[in-house]
Amino acid sequence: MRRQIDIMANIDWLTVFLFLLLVAFGWINIFAVNYDPDASSFFHLENRYTMQLAWILISLIVVVFIFIIDSRFYLFVAYPAYAFGILLLLVVFLIGTAVHSSKSWIVLGPVSIQPAEFAKVAVILAIAKYLSGYNVKITRFKDIFVSLFIIFFPAGLIALQPDIGSTIVYGVLLLVLYREGLPGWVLIVILAMAGLFLGILVLSQFLIVLILSGLAIVAFTIVSKKPSSFFLAVLISISVASAFVLLNHYGYLDLDNYIILLSTVGIASAIAVIYAVVKKNKVIYLVVLALLLAIGYTYTVDHLFNNFLKEHQRNRVNVMLGLESDPYGYEYNVRQSKIAIGSGGFSGKGFLQGTQTKFRFVPEQSTDFIFCTVGEEWGFLGSFGLVVLYVGLLIRLIVLAERQRSRFSRIYGYGVLSILFFHFAINIGMTIGLLPVIGIPLPFLSYGGSSLFAFTIMLFVFIRLDSTRKAYLI
Amino acid sequence: MEQYINRKYIIGGIILLVGLVFTVRLFLLQVVNSTYKLSAESNTRRMEIVYPARGLIYDRNGQLIAHNLPSYDLKIAPYELEAFDSAEFCEILQIDIQTLREGIKRVINNQNERFNPFIKQLSSETFGKLKEKQFKFPGFYFSIRTLREYDREIASHLLGYVGEVDSGIILNNPYYELADYIGVSGIEYSYEEHLKGEKGRKYKLIDVHGREQGSYKDGRFDTDAKPGSNITITIDADLQEYGEKLMRNYVGSIVAIEPGTGEILTLVSAPSYNPSLLVGREREENYNKLKNDTLEPLFNHSIQALYPPGSTFKTVNALIALQEEVISNRTTYNCIRGYYARGVSVACHSHPSPLDLLHSIQYSCNAYFCNVYRKIMEDPDFESVEKAYNNWREHLRSFGFAEPLGIDLPYEKGGFIPKSDYYDRYYGQNRWKALTIISMAIGQGEVLTTPLQLANFAAIISNKGYYFTPHIVRGIEGIDSINSAFAVPHVVSIDSSYFNVVIDGMDMAVNVSGGTATWVRHRDITICGKTGTAENPHGEDHSVFMAFAPKDDPQIAISVYVEHGKWGSSYAAPIASLMIEKYLTDTIAPYHKWIEKRMLERNLLNVQ
Repeated sequence: MRRQIDIMANIDWLTVFLFLLLVAFGWINIFAVNYDPDASSFFHLENRYTMQLAWILISLIVVVFIFIIDSRFYLFVAYPAYAFGILLLLVVFLIGTAVHSSKSWIVLGPVSIQPAEFAKVAVILAIAKYLSGYNVKITRFKDIFVSLFIIFFPAGLIALQPDIGSTIVYGVLLLVLYREGLPGWVLIVILAMAGLFLGILVLSQFLIVLILSGLAIVAFTIVSKKPSSFFLAVLISISVASAFVLLNHYGYLDLDNYIILLSTVGIASAIAVIYAVVKKNKVIYLVVLALLLAIGYTYTVDHLFNNFLKEHQRNRVNVMLGLESDPYGYEYNVRQSKIAIGSGGFSGKGFLQGTQTKFRFVPEQSTDFIFCTVGEEWGFLGSFGLVVLYVGLLIRLIVLAERQRSRFSRIYGYGVLSILFFHFAINIGMTIGLLPVIGIPLPFLSYGGSSLFAFTIMLFVFIRLDSTRKAYLI
Repeated sequence: MEQYINRKYIIGGIILLVGLVFTVRLFLLQVVNSTYKLSAESNTRRMEIVYPARGLIYDRNGQLIAHNLPSYDLKIAPYELEAFDSAEFCEILQIDIQTLREGIKRVINNQNERFNPFIKQLSSETFGKLKEKQFKFPGFYFSIRTLREYDREIASHLLGYVGEVDSGIILNNPYYELADYIGVSGIEYSYEEHLKGEKGRKYKLIDVHGREQGSYKDGRFDTDAKPGSNITITIDADLQEYGEKLMRNYVGSIVAIEPGTGEILTLVSAPSYNPSLLVGREREENYNKLKNDTLEPLFNHSIQALYPPGSTFKTVNALIALQEEVISNRTTYNCIRGYYARGVSVACHSHPSPLDLLHSIQYSCNAYFCNVYRKIMEDPDFESVEKAYNNWREHLRSFGFAEPLGIDLPYEKGGFIPKSDYYDRYYGQNRWKALTIISMAIGQGEVLTTPLQLANFAAIISNKGYYFTPHIVRGIEGIDSINSAFAVPHVVSIDSSYFNVVIDGMDMAVNVSGGTATWVRHRDITICGKTGTAENPHGEDHSVFMAFAPKDDPQIAISVYVEHGKWGSSYAAPIASLMIEKYLTDTIAPYHKWIEKRMLERNLLNVQ
């Protein structure tokens, strides 16, 4: 009995309160989208708002169980949960049901679950358990490798479903590694790769290689510590390129401009390596290596983008980058979404008064585009309020994570807040046209049982861990 | 590990940064930028046009001439289409499957085609059949408009017809939108403003698929359609019908005017056509058929055909000569079966000689009027023939010749009375004299008038010197008085006392033995008339007659042209007489039945 009281006293009610606000606000908006004055009774499971209400109640029951279970159980269950998660992701390949051409659902009678949602909880538990282990240092290559494997193995399985949206979510767990000491340059490399990825989509291969070569010459100048070497490098590059152009011109060779550029890069790199040997400057090797790797990477990305992504996903990225514009085609969703949010004005059209979402101009308006209804019916006040609520929850979670005495709890906390943050950023970013349309839900607000259960379990396991932060040092 | 604790600030900073970016973006999107609000409006509202019924058209006695029947356009809502029995559908509509496929493809592929009819103007029979089974064909719905319906097959030329607006009209007049109807000719054109009514608008909320979801803001912005104003026209439908019947075997025209008001009682252009032909789905096809008909049924002879007035013109020359005092009632001239002077000869028929003015009209003596015309042109009051000619022309202008009278129908022609410089160009200045243009004395030569002008001239004579602009519309519902221009008398430049001799001459032409048209006289009605023969260089001359009656209290003034009818007395005079009789007595006297029969039986359609 005493233990029960302790738990209740140590629960962070502010977080619980923020959670309840978000869930309630989400339900109100799902109700607004699906409300039909002519429809039959409220308590009809065909109504999405009734279904969502049922799921909210069930997830609250789940919350009670989470509180009853001893918090040490979650440490113990981390690896088995991970294994079970992987198993589910494999099972999906066998008995999964395809929705929107991605095989990501398991249908069990009346219930369908999305393993990718639950796998997130398992992955956070596993990475927390691994990183909190003895002798694990995230600065060591082996530990970095294992951590990345824990994260990206299930992500890879999800990518094969294929569900690119859920796959990308796992990338955000790098933020957890960063907090635990992952060297900053790893993050920078990863961000650079992401930047290069976008660059490849927007610019031509030729231009990319040209820009990379320019950057390499600048880097070479810096590491060789002699301003004159800049002119030397430029002179050599131009001479080589000119030689190729002349040979081409007089018919000795028949190469296109891009091949000439690559050949020039190759020869100039060889000269740079010789220079490095002579000058005994090892950093120059790194510059050359980085350049060659970057060029190789552009090939890989180009290949992946054109062969691995589905056409509709490619189109979404292209729309976001402004490469394709077609108001009734791929850009349609984003345009309609912006119209709905923009039409809300400062104070909104009022509850149930939204026309854009109600009449289905916005696609997926109960699930991924629920924020449109918020924007349209509650206006700037409502959508700003929601942003504040979310940022407040995330900051509160940082505070909670940082006050943990156990590494496991802290890492788990960061895992939860990273995932929530990523969903929040991507989902709202896409509805207001800042990011490409990636079909991931807005946690606690979007319609759907699997995501609500997964996020609720994720969050409340952390609240449970936090409630015993003084009792155990797990 | 505590060495990394400061990284919590970086992570927190990233979260706050994202929150800030979202806030700014939302502020710009929702508060600063208003274009999205407008987009949302047009996204959800669909305006549907409620088409008004056109105003009804009644004749002067209150008989309904033109009204409206509902017509049903079949439209397709592409997203509501479901599988249906296309064979049955095509069977009902009498179309082939290919047409159906193309129609559906059209609305699916083109957003703008969604509201365009799949099939326009279904017959009420087809509509009934389809309506009964509409539940079987989801995605098809009807849009209601109205089309003209005519009770009697008359007056097609003056009623005109209604067609769809073209892009030029849409550009120039903001009221009209694509697929709207508009009066194209006749009074449908002239009084379009009153007949069209006002379109109503209904704003419907629609979803992204174009499906209706109820009315916008409870119909606060909806407007009802206002039907067009009913119009009463001056035409006597019975007389019009009778006139068209009499003219069915001829090419030509009958124009009858009420002299005291300028109201047009009858406006017949022959050959005519059934006005119903230019309504509905077959309009285009029928129009082309009528257009290619060699008899030119679409041509409105009564206001557009230009004929020489022939001998009817002698009366106006008599009046001008009297006014200019170059002759008097007592002036006599010899006629030696023609007029001969310095290389000019105008033949005349056999009649007593010499004649005074009165009898010269009765007998229609060519020689007399050549002399009169020469007197007018060589009037010593004027320095030159040119001046005298110009003065003569001014007199004619006061009679409404040379220019359109201003009837309330489109495309009226003005006839032709040459200006003096026309002859200057042709003959050279001062190189032409009275004799050069002597054929104008008897209404031949260059002078051309429309049947309407000639009927108006008859009205002027009956009024002894004034006329009201001939018009078709008598009253417009909701408007107290019609165009005031129709209520102002136009006084001609001839003193009214001079008309008596002309009227008496016209009386004698019909009613006194030896007159040119005595065989059509009526025992109880004193018809005053003047025959004419309009020379036709392309074939047989045209028969012309102008008249008014009764002499003492003129109720009707009339002009009749029968192409290739040769003498005025042979066709035009009997037809005019029958019209007058029909109008004034509402029947045809037994002793005139044979004339009626003869006019109905003869046929000049194929005479050249």
